[in-house]
Formats: sequence, structure tokens, C-alpha cells
Amino acid sequence: MAIVKLPQLGESVTEGTITQWFKQEGDPVAFDDALCEIETEKVTAELPSMFEGTMGKILVPQGETVEVDTPLCEILEAGAASDGGSGSDVEELAPKPGGWSGGPMAIREDDGASVEPQREPVAAAARRAPEPAQRSPEPRSRFYSPVVMRLASEHNIELESLSGSGIGGRVTRKDVEAAIKAGPAPTRRREAPSRPRPAAAANGAYTVVPLSGTRKTIAERMTRSNLEAPQAWTMVEIDATALEAARARERARFEAAGGKLTLLPFFTLAVCETLASNPALNARWEDGELRRYSDLNIGIAVAAETGLVVPVVHNAAELSAMGLANRINDLAERAHSRSLRIEDIEGGTFTVNNTGSFGSIASKPIVNYPQVAIVTMERVVKRPVVVDGDAIAIRPMFNACLSFDHRAMDGLEAGQFLADLKRNVESFS
Amino acid sequence: MPEMTVIEAIRSTLAEEMARDDRIFIMGEDVEAGGVFRVTDGLSKQFPGRIIDSPLAESSIIGLSIGAAHYGMRPIAEIQFADFIHAGFDQLCSEASRWSYRTRGDSYLPMVVRTPWGGGVHGGQHHSQSIEAYYGHIPGIKVVVPSFPADYRSLLRAAIADPNPVLFLEHKRTYRLVRQEVEGAAAEQVIGKSRITRRGDDVTVIAWGLMLHETLAAAKTLAGEGIECTVVDLLSVQPLDRETILEAARMTGKVLVVHEDTLTGGFGAEIAALIGEHAFEHLDGPVRRLAGPDIPSMPYHHAMEDFFMPDAKKIAAAIRDLAAY
Repeated sequence: MAIVKLPQLGESVTEGTITQWFKQEGDPVAFDDALCEIETEKVTAELPSMFEGTMGKILVPQGETVEVDTPLCEILEAGAASDGGSGSDVEELAPKPGGWSGGPMAIREDDGASVEPQREPVAAAARRAPEPAQRSPEPRSRFYSPVVMRLASEHNIELESLSGSGIGGRVTRKDVEAAIKAGPAPTRRREAPSRPRPAAAANGAYTVVPLSGTRKTIAERMTRSNLEAPQAWTMVEIDATALEAARARERARFEAAGGKLTLLPFFTLAVCETLASNPALNARWEDGELRRYSDLNIGIAVAAETGLVVPVVHNAAELSAMGLANRINDLAERAHSRSLRIEDIEGGTFTVNNTGSFGSIASKPIVNYPQVAIVTMERVVKRPVVVDGDAIAIRPMFNACLSFDHRAMDGLEAGQFLADLKRNVESFS
Repeated sequence: MPEMTVIEAIRSTLAEEMARDDRIFIMGEDVEAGGVFRVTDGLSKQFPGRIIDSPLAESSIIGLSIGAAHYGMRPIAEIQFADFIHAGFDQLCSEASRWSYRTRGDSYLPMVVRTPWGGGVHGGQHHSQSIEAYYGHIPGIKVVVPSFPADYRSLLRAAIADPNPVLFLEHKRTYRLVRQEVEGAAAEQVIGKSRITRRGDDVTVIAWGLMLHETLAAAKTLAGEGIECTVVDLLSVQPLDRETILEAARMTGKVLVVHEDTLTGGFGAEIAALIGEHAFEHLDGPVRRLAGPDIPSMPYHHAMEDFFMPDAKKIAAAIRDLAAY
């Protein structure tokens, strides 16, 4: 029997919520079949099966949030009934680094019950009565004793959010009492029915908005960035005539294929060119080190319904404007449909934020920690500008705003970057 | 303060009460010479004619005591071993227990039946029995099971003063094993109260007699492991102190009842049922019982006796298990 555990879905992810089980107990499972959908602070991902066989017991019910490495379900492997269970074949099946960044996601458990080789069919083994508690306590994380139920209802404790210290992970009276003592914690359930609770305050009624995992992550990241990175801000005014001309050239062909072509990919291309000659901004301040990166992995801020997410265009320097357009559209689409993969959101070295899409003409972005700089593209508006000596012309103008971590660089590097960016955009061809 | 054994506590109380009230007399097998456990040693000299040897017939010891009580005496019957008391079962349960009820409270039957019970002394088949479940079942008889010398004194005094028949159970293993500093006269104590002797947050254990001492030893060991026990000294089987039992059960939500009587139909079943019925919403685990196995009698051989009797080690293991639940 194989035990499927919650893999580590990305850097700093410690827990995940099972939002949906695709397989039910007894369902056949083929290699790579999606077992369940897992939502983490960063992404929502499907968990593929590394095993073939029959779905065994589901150990973590839908809607529950568990820590990395928590056993999620059992899979009764096809043809493994008489297997002595050395586990070596499982290790070969275990995911390679790069797929899941955590440890091995599945382990084999020897069937502690039988000393003799098993001859009964797999299905019969599955139906066998559970072992006595001393051998391997049955999971009891969803069994609540009378006192636990009563205390939870008296104190509005979400039992699913507690981890149990009792046998088989059972939530005990003491666990609940500790939770009561710890005071009201923000609910950790991500299930839909966490409706806002009306509450009366001294100066009027308000509702408490339940915080989603994404919301909490954003809050934490923004706070950290603001607390740890001293951020300076600067802005240039750029003429978008050349960008618009470039877009006009490509637009018909691109949009005939069904996509929408904005100025953002062109601007991003200009950013990439600029970063190539301003490496100080393509960097991360992490683990006490300032690390400059040779690859340009450009994060694109996307305002998804569930909150801000910053998917990354990796090796953006290798892409043309059209390539960038395709990649940005793809990432944005998947951000909205919550189907980003881990690798889509990791490894960014610089971030571009298209604040102009909201109509903003100037904004002060917060550096996407641990990156050291973020640039915005504000709305392009036609304005009278002075050109060619004293002549006045109407030009499509926009502002590019830069926030940067002043630990990593000074105004010199930032100013140089913006000056180069302005030149690259205005001479875009 | 003098330290007293259980034997000394009982003997001194008998002497004090007999000196105070000359209606009191003691009747039983070989009691004049001091009895097999020497409880009445010396009392016949001190109270000539009031320590009366009886025939080897328990029904007559109890029957004569009932008659004497009817005539205004205060009999204290000694049954040499609790195992023998069943010969007087009919007298006790069909007659003594009902007297006040039959007369609608017009008259009472003040009598005490003392008897040594329990195992652990290589007493074998006929000298090791626990009888509290049989007699605790009968309304109309009070059944007292002290564990410490001071309680033996105060509860014996209360039993003698009580207008109803009281079965006073003395755990024979503790007779000389358990000592306690005892001061002054026996305290005023009401029959029917249990006592929480130790308070802890993890598991509640309810016990009486020798098992209480084994439980306290186990609780002490477990405190070193971070498991804190609430321990209830039951003191009285009938009437049962429901309030204290339920209070102690609610403190932890995990209850173990320990008795050396056999499991099925043992008095632990009554306590477990009480808790299940009235403390359900406070339970955090199954109410468990640790008891003697369902075999016909306590074996004689020491290894088999050890197998039969719960002890501190077995109790500690059961508490650990429940604490981990």
C-alpha cells in the first residue's frame, strides 16, 4: 500500500488545503491521474498519482488544511499484494527535483499486520478489519468527543483548524482548551461558507471579512517588504509613440489569432533591454546577500479576483515582443482561472506592474520582496508636450514609476535605469 | 501525633465507642480472643461480657444482631472473612435492609457488620473476595469502604451512630500496611461522601480500598512523566456520592475506575454508567474499567494472584493509555 503525502508546493509553503478529491475510495487510479486539488498560499495545483492501483482510504477530507508531509490518502497498488515492500521501486517513482520541490511525496508502508506473504486479493486486503490501536492508531482527526464538541460550540472554535494531540491525531479537550486560551484565531478554513460575521462595535456595526490564504500571504509579504526594505521612489515621463507604432504593426495579425495585444509586452521588452545594461536592478536581497541574476525572470503583477498574484516570465530576455505577449496572456489567463503551477510563480528577479490598466497615471508600488526593484507602466494619455525646441505637440505620454530597495542600490542606479528605459521605449522599433 | 495502622484505627474506635455507649457489643467468630486479624485484641478485658463469640454461622451472627437491634442494642457483627458473609445474605438483604421501609420509618435498625475483604494476602478462594458490588446493589444497607486509618476511625464512628444497617468493609491487605498520623478523636464524618484526594488535569481515577493506594502510587509515578491524575477515594459505595464522582469526571473528561472485584457487574459498571449518563458532554474519552478478570475466584499462587489483582503498574499503564487517547 502506498501513502500519498502532501508535497511541499513551493518555497516557504508549509500547508495546503484539499479543495477537491477527484478520486473516491475504490476508484481505479492510473499513473499520473489527478488525485485531488490542493490550494496553498501560492498556487492551486492538482496532485498527480505516482502509483497505479485502487484508491484506498482518504485520510484528509475535502476542505481540510493540513501541513506538508501529512498523509492524504492510501493507494492500493496493482500487483503489489504479494510485494515484500522494499520500497525501492517507489523511490524510482518518486518525483524528481524541479517537479515537487519538497521531499519524497510518497512512502510505502509495510503491512505490519501480516508476517506471512499475503495471498489474498488487493480488494480483500482493503476490506480487512483495521489493526488494533496499539499497532497503528487509526486516524481519528475527525472524531470529536462529546466534551470537544461542546467546548467548540460554546466558544466558536473551528475544530478542523486544530491539530490534535490525541491518539490518531484526535483533537482532545486540552487541545480545544488551549485554542480557547489562545484566543480567537483567524479561521484557517478556506471553504466557501465562511461568511462574514456581523459584529457590533462601540461605534457602529461592521463585518469581519474572513482572510483567504492569498490575502494573508499578500499581507505578510507587503508588510515584510515595507519593514525590511527601505524603499525610494522615482518616476519618469515617457513618450509612447514608438510603442504604439510597434503595436499597430503587430496588432491585426496577433488579434486575428484571438489574443488581445496591449502595450505591456512592448514595454516589458524595453524593460528587459534596459535591465541587461542595468544589472543592479535584476537582483534579489536574500539570506543577507545581494544576489544579481544573469537570467531575466520578469514578474508580471496580475490582479486576479482572489487577489494579487505575480506570475513570472522566465528568461524573458530570450523572447520577442510577440513571445512576451503570448506568455503574459497565458499567465494572466491562468492566474484568473487559478491554474498556475508552482514554477509559474517562482524565481522572479524583477517585477513589472501595469497599473495603467486601472487608469492610474502615477503610483507607488511596493517592491516585490526579495527582489530589489519594481517598475510600473501607467496609463497612456494624450497630452500636449513641448517638442523640437519650442513647438507644442500632442503625444501619447505615460509615466513609469520605480520603487527600489535602497539597501541594494542608490538613486544613481535607479536614475540611470529610468533614463535608459525612457530612451529604449521612445526609440522602440 | 501518633501513627496508626488500619487495625489500630478500628480497634481504638471500637474501644472509644464502647466506652461511650454501653449498648454496643461485638459478636463474631473468635472475637473474644481477639479475632483472626486481632482487631478486637484486648477488648474483652476492657469490656467484659460485651465481646461475644458466636457459632460458625454467619446467618445467625447477622440474625441475632438484627434481633438485638430491635431490642435497643447497638450490635457490631464481625464476619471473619467477607467471603463468608453470603451465608447471612438473606438476613442482611431480605430483613435488615427493609426494616425501616417496612415500618414506614417508624423504627430503625442500627447495626454494623464489619468484615475484612479483598485479596493480596495469598488468601486463595475463600479469603480474598470483594463483595461491594453484591451489597452495594441493595437499597437499605449502607456500604462503606475506607482506605486510610483516619477515615476508618471517622466512618466507623459514623457507622455505629447510624440508625441504619451499615456494612463496614475493611481491606485486609491494608490492615497493617497502611499507616497514617491520626490525631484526637475520630472526626465527624457523614457516610456517603467521596473525597478527591489528588487533583490533576489529565485522567480521573476512581478507586477504593487497596486499589486506592495502588492508584495513588501510580499517580505519583505518572506525575514524573507529566501525566496528572485526579484521584477519587470513593469511601462509600452505598450511598454513592454522585456529585463528587461527576465533578471529578468533568475535571478531565477521561475516567478510569479501578477495582479488584471481577469486571462484569463489578461496581465500576455502576460508576461508569453514572458518568455516561450525567457527564456525557464532558467526556473526552471512553470511561474505562481496570478490574479483576472474570474468573471464579482469586487464585492462591502468588504469581496467579498478581495476575488477578490490578496494581500500581497495571493502573499506570491504563492511565497512560487513556491520557494518550
